[in-house]
Amino acid sequence: MSGTEWETVVGLEVHCELKTATKLFCGCANSFGDEPNTNVCPVCLGLPGSLPVLNEGAVERAMRIGAALHCEVHPSVFHRKNYFYPDMPKDYQISQYDEPINVGGWLDLPDGFRVGIVRAHLEEDTGKTSHLGGDGRIHGADYSLVDYNRAGVPLVEIVSEPDIRSAAQARAYASELRAVLVAVDASDGRMEEGSLRVDANVSVRPAGSDTFGTRCEIKNLNSLRSLGRAIEHEAARQVALLESGEAVVQQTRHWDEAAARTVPLRSKEEAFDYRYFPEPDLVPLAPDAGWQAAVAGSLGLLPAQRRARLLALLDGAGDGEVSAAQADQVSAVVDQGLDDLVVAAVSGGAPARLALARAANEVAADVEAGRRLPVADFTKLVSMEGDGKLSASQSKEVLGELLGAGGGDPEAIAGQRGFEAMSADSVVAIVNEVVAAHPDEWGRFAGGDQKLMGFFVGAIRERAGSSFDGKAVSAELRRRLQEA
Amino acid sequence: MTGGAPDGHASPPPIGREDVVHVARLARLELTDEEVGRFTGQLAQVLAHAADVAALDLAGVAPTAHPLPLQNVLRPDEIRPCLDRQEVLDGAPEVEDHRFRVPRIVGDAP
Ligand SMILES: [Zn+2]
Repeated sequence: MSGTEWETVVGLEVHCELKTATKLFCGCANSFGDEPNTNVCPVCLGLPGSLPVLNEGAVERAMRIGAALHCEVHPSVFHRKNYFYPDMPKDYQISQYDEPINVGGWLDLPDGFRVGIVRAHLEEDTGKTSHLGGDGRIHGADYSLVDYNRAGVPLVEIVSEPDIRSAAQARAYASELRAVLVAVDASDGRMEEGSLRVDANVSVRPAGSDTFGTRCEIKNLNSLRSLGRAIEHEAARQVALLESGEAVVQQTRHWDEAAARTVPLRSKEEAFDYRYFPEPDLVPLAPDAGWQAAVAGSLGLLPAQRRARLLALLDGAGDGEVSAAQADQVSAVVDQGLDDLVVAAVSGGAPARLALARAANEVAADVEAGRRLPVADFTKLVSMEGDGKLSASQSKEVLGELLGAGGGDPEAIAGQRGFEAMSADSVVAIVNEVVAAHPDEWGRFAGGDQKLMGFFVGAIRERAGSSFDGKAVSAELRRRLQEA
Repeated sequence: MTGGAPDGHASPPPIGREDVVHVARLARLELTDEEVGRFTGQLAQVLAHAADVAALDLAGVAPTAHPLPLQNVLRPDEIRPCLDRQEVLDGAPEVEDHRFRVPRIVGDAP
């Protein structure tokens, strides 16, 4: 098969911890990072006689996820998935099996590529095990310690179609899905805390083939970087096997980030016989049309709509095409939830590109402070900079103070700091001085040596001090060049 | 209930001792030879009963998800008091660092 072009085929399973106050079937707090075993009760500890009752807030969030992914809400039932592992004290996990709440759907990536969604179902999370003694790895450990705070926390598992064709596309899907989950208030999106966990089903096939190769499921992907690297390594491993005439064996593999490879998990065959059966302690879930419509109506703008809204503002500003860097700023501002600030500032009269740049750079450096920043103060600051009343560096400094203090009057802060923008007269005067002091450099610059732009801007900056206004200076230099 | 299928109905799925041993292993039950024999007979009767239902014409009848005619039993997403940790851990055979200590794990998480 050497010389064959190979195509990677990927389907992703994303486990999303829901941002509810309580667990899926009991009133224990759903809270990350608490003292071990402080959020436990008879239900989530699986004590005899306890009965689960479904959390309305979890169902609501599952439906929001479904609505954002264009799924249909179906009547659903819960099953017991039976297995023996100390992360679940009941010895089963309650999950939705063949009748999930959300069925079908899709997610459009920012480049327009559409990934199909098979299902998005509700289930409970497991407890957290730590392996101790021996070499600290699971099989070498002498014993394990278990914290059941996470046992019973609501999850939605989102299963994609095997539509993804590269590691980069898998990352783009996970990143866009994360943004959607945060936007509909279903998840806090914190991959590093395990709020989002991704498993990847990876196979390879000769390019152009329409049958799937044997797939392997890769677990332990807890960052976008791990996801991308694991898929690349796993696809390369499978191609090497096939090119040397061997077969890919269907199995579950674990991504070892440090060693940059996937290794097979040791599992006994019967461990996969989960003996699913309907959970007799729960009744069916069948949200009516009214509830579904209310959820769909409460979604708010999704990330793709938010990006489009900002791009339209930039387009409408009438000062040129949107650059790639500006498009990146748009994505960043939407990801950080700062786009409402930009939109409000623009509708308050601030110039769109400047508002976007200040949000994507300065405000994004302290997102929490940015969310508290009064829109009116941000609008006034960006407008002052846009009108040339503040230079870029002065504006950034005032913005820093606004963020630190949770707001304030930009005009007063600028006054206290003695900030005055360079007046048009002083720009001309300083440029005159600097040009006169460097006649040789000016001659070469006027002769077309663009590199000297930096030299003149630097010299003028030194002379002007904090009132330096790079935009006004560049404009004056260019005006003179045309006259020269 | 004799374990045999009534005339004209589907035969019950056969069940043998090896099936009972397998199911017992899945449930981590240790059965004696005598118990395997006894449960093989009892499970065959249960399956024969299910076969009676399977033999009926149920086209158009929705599966029964629950014996009670209820759906959407929900509770509001409000925090309720948890158990006291000491009380919880007092019931555990072994505890370390406020966590349940369990023997070495063989096999991977499912
Ligand atoms: Zn609980």
